[in-house]
Amino acid sequence: MKKELVALTINGLTHELAIEPNALLLDVLRRDLNLTGSKRGCDDSSCGTCTVLVDGTPMLACTLLAASCEGQEITTVEGVSEHGSLAAIQKAYGDWGGAQCGFCTPGFIMAVKHLLSVNENPTEDEIRAALSGNLCRCTGYTQMYQAIKAAIDAEKQGMAMSR
Amino acid sequence: MIAAPFEYYAPESVSEALKLLTTHEDSRVLAGGQSLIPMMKLRLSRPSHLIDLGHIAELNYIAETNGSVRIGAMSTHNQIETSETLRQKCPLLAETAGRIGDVQVRNLGTIGGSLSHADPAADYPAALQALRAQVRLVSAKGDRTISIDQFLVDAFTTALEPGEILYEVIVAADTPGLGSAYLKQQQPASGFAVVGVAAQLEAKGGNIAVARVGITGLSSRSYRAKAVESALEGKAATAATLAAAAKLAAQGEEPLSDVYAGADYRAHVVQVATRRALEAALARAK
Repeated sequence: MKKELVALTINGLTHELAIEPNALLLDVLRRDLNLTGSKRGCDDSSCGTCTVLVDGTPMLACTLLAASCEGQEITTVEGVSEHGSLAAIQKAYGDWGGAQCGFCTPGFIMAVKHLLSVNENPTEDEIRAALSGNLCRCTGYTQMYQAIKAAIDAEKQGMAMSR
Repeated sequence: MIAAPFEYYAPESVSEALKLLTTHEDSRVLAGGQSLIPMMKLRLSRPSHLIDLGHIAELNYIAETNGSVRIGAMSTHNQIETSETLRQKCPLLAETAGRIGDVQVRNLGTIGGSLSHADPAADYPAALQALRAQVRLVSAKGDRTISIDQFLVDAFTTALEPGEILYEVIVAADTPGLGSAYLKQQQPASGFAVVGVAAQLEAKGGNIAVARVGITGLSSRSYRAKAVESALEGKAATAATLAAAAKLAAQGEEPLSDVYAGADYRAHVVQVATRRALEAALARAK
């Protein structure tokens, strides 16, 4: 199987890569670009820890061919921080113990980032629905919901201060 | 897990895709990849040529024309779930799409891919059979439109011929007075239907004028529950009628059995799910 040249835009940078057509996006991120934030968990589209944003929408990098993503904007957990400082959701995860072992965290962060980009003020039900594709085997969901609510409050305060 | 090697193509039009499909033996089309990519990773499927439909804009639309809604094969479950057109004209399909898999899967998975894969526990077939949907199939030789009942042959088997792809799904827009509901008892880990029941009802003058029921997950293919439909039509729109009709939900079917749900359990739970789906549909019918 010969390699093909593919241009992938990841966290705002375009990379020209020679990849095999059967390469999954997750493998290209982790192996070719050393972006190891996105994790391989179940590898069968159940757990959500490989979640990345493709054109702003959460998708599973373990169930997506890298070749299919040409021309789309990919955002990984490495691209979430803003101007070198932690995004509100990253900081809140630390403050509230949202991460226990931390393996599921990158996927959750991406799902939350998408939620907050489409809904500034989600209800508890909306938060739960948005995170329903991500699993935490430490079962630390309550702290995560607290962290997300804290991040929403921080975003609101930040917006108020910047006005 | 890594799929077996293949040549990859990303055509930008349906005619180009059909040409590739005819030229290359042992080729498969890739839609959203939420069934095919896992199958390829497990090497249950190992095509030599993979034709990715993801860049074909003409296959992604939801449009209402003359009382029907046409849904392009590459419309995602999320687009179908959130489509204003479908929520107003065909809420049963939007509701069903919202019950598929999880958020990430609904963002990538497509109606055309799901139907072509024909998993016996998939959600769409129940709704589409209740809706008496049609599918349009295209090939280099031309196109044909067949009913969803004809399209779904058996587990993982459809009426698609070699060189043919599913182009669009066509459903009738709801007429006033219809109420519908999709009710699913799901496998908690996979989210697939143990049984899923789609029901559409219309009541007139205290009697049930229209009853349409599709059931998935129970047996090797989704089916129209004709015994339930005929036990409802023309009868008084009462809880007793619905309960009696729901008891016929598994009539003529051979329930599947797996480690999560045995055949006896499935045969029982399909009656409960059918009754609840009918009650919800009737409550929405006005």
